[in-house]
Amino acid sequence: MNLTPEDVDHVATLTRLGITAEDRSRFAEQLSGVLEHFRALQALDTTGISPTAQVFDLHSVMRDDVARPSLPREQVLANAPRQEDGFFRVQAVLET
Amino acid sequence: MGATGQPAGQTRHMHVTREHLVGISGDLTALTAPEARDLLVRRQISATELTHAVLGQIERTETQVRSFITVTAAEALAQARAADVALGGSDPGATPPLTGIPVALKDLFCTTGVQTTAGSRILEGFIPPYDATVVARLRAAGAVFVGKANMDEFAMGSSTENSGYHPTHNPWDVSRVPGGSSGGSAAAVSAGQAIVSLGTDTGGSIRQPASLCSVTGLKPTYGRVSRYGVVAFASSLDQVGPFSIGVEGSAMVLQAIAGADPMDATTAPVAVPDYRATIRDGVKGLRIGVPAEYFTAGMEPDVERLVREAIQTLQGLGATIHPVSLQYSEHGLATYYIIAPAEASSNLSRYNGIKYGLAALDEVDMTRAMDATRQRGFGNEPKRRIMLGTYALSSGYYDAYYRKAQQVRTLIKADFDNAFTSVDVIASPVSPTVAFKMGARIDDPLAMYLSDVCTIPVNVAGLPGISIPCGFDHQGLPVGLQLIGKAFDEATLFRAAFAYEEVTSFHRQRPALASEAHMNQAGRGGVGASASDQSLVPHA
Repeated sequence: MNLTPEDVDHVATLTRLGITAEDRSRFAEQLSGVLEHFRALQALDTTGISPTAQVFDLHSVMRDDVARPSLPREQVLANAPRQEDGFFRVQAVLET
Repeated sequence: MGATGQPAGQTRHMHVTREHLVGISGDLTALTAPEARDLLVRRQISATELTHAVLGQIERTETQVRSFITVTAAEALAQARAADVALGGSDPGATPPLTGIPVALKDLFCTTGVQTTAGSRILEGFIPPYDATVVARLRAAGAVFVGKANMDEFAMGSSTENSGYHPTHNPWDVSRVPGGSSGGSAAAVSAGQAIVSLGTDTGGSIRQPASLCSVTGLKPTYGRVSRYGVVAFASSLDQVGPFSIGVEGSAMVLQAIAGADPMDATTAPVAVPDYRATIRDGVKGLRIGVPAEYFTAGMEPDVERLVREAIQTLQGLGATIHPVSLQYSEHGLATYYIIAPAEASSNLSRYNGIKYGLAALDEVDMTRAMDATRQRGFGNEPKRRIMLGTYALSSGYYDAYYRKAQQVRTLIKADFDNAFTSVDVIASPVSPTVAFKMGARIDDPLAMYLSDVCTIPVNVAGLPGISIPCGFDHQGLPVGLQLIGKAFDEATLFRAAFAYEEVTSFHRQRPALASEAHMNQAGRGGVGASASDQSLVPHA
């Protein structure tokens, strides 16, 4: 299972990691090694085995739909890199 | 909630004196949590005194160990003073069970007003506006928080070298790693920089550093402890747990933090028993399973020998030993390294420079700003895992990787379910090797991942596991024994671990590191010295 630098580029785009050219070949090599290790899984017969997403039998835990106190706006915004008029401020989304 | 059921704990101890417990050195940092509780309640020591001792130990040893990202000395002393007021009341035994006990917190637990980084530069300067449930519960139990412990970035790693801040060193040999990802929490307790600490374990991140640093570390059952306010890595695997010197301290901490939490829908509505009420019940008739698959080819001979000796010790105490088969566990590592990165790639998508954390404010375009924020803020290991997880979840690969891994997860869990029809506890090594040299595995992710081959299947199956000290290899480096329990049966793990601890002294041995602080102890410290032999306090 070999990841090409192009695969790494594609995944890097999906993940918004801004992978540098220098990282690209190193990650391709390291991730290929890790993926190679997974090949043993492919050989296992799992016909009819249901997948486990979580281990215990808890499903759709519900609570009463009542309003509870939440943090004041100033506290929620206190860690924001940029804020304006009580909102998070983000960069413009530009057409490219 | 944790305030009940403790008074019996005081009567179990004989009324030993302070001098008996801490030795003529007066070293309070060598105390276990139940010993400290006993002395605090009987006003033989004050919380302020104990906190000063721990902070002093941090000051003396931190340049060598570097357990902490943040030390909160002023806050700790204020909490200690409040504890002393409570302990000075008419009934000190009625104070909450951790009143005045110094605790270190892995730096991924949200702490109101105190920076929480998860070991990542992308969260540098993040000041949580609320406490994680476990922090709130420890606070209510009276704990004194001495600092935020170092960790592999986002809990991804087995050496604490992946911290975005600095590596932590193993107190037993500072040229070696403490394990990880909760390496700071383990090293702090090992070095006497805290009496107990809190970590998280996703694939071994409590048990493996506990083993490498010769302390007790417990990963509770998935769902036993709330994850609300804990920076998420892999949500179907992450679990919060304690470190301590001696098993009872871990029982005290779990007692305080365990139980359902309305803020975490994955916590189980299962009653929390009084762990210390049964901890002395012994192992007579306890059925211990030994899985041949966990004594792997790459295991160091000393590790195998010491773990097998520990199992014999338990047998000598009346436990019965039974071979069990966990044949699918050999696929645990591959299963984990699909599932955990897949979940991580989703959890870590929130670090985008908008609501908190690092932001590339120099970029004017939003997507370029996100690219730059994440490029600068994440270290190599989170990047590798985000990419691996995204790849495993991406169109065309989902069935081959993610679904396959979830199916194998079913098989791994079924193995444990089957084994536990005939045994009560499963015993195995924690780590196939002792602490390795810093730098030895940092450029070889697969070698690093293999550190957790014996611990990962336990997370995959959601079961509780404990690591306790079971000896030292030919170089004097610590080795741990892993005991794995049935779901929500931490009480049996504590009981078996305590029985072992009662007839051994490995847990009492402290690293020689501390004795470097004063040369007149040279030649006496080291592996063979017991806590009471060793003064950790300078003779100033």
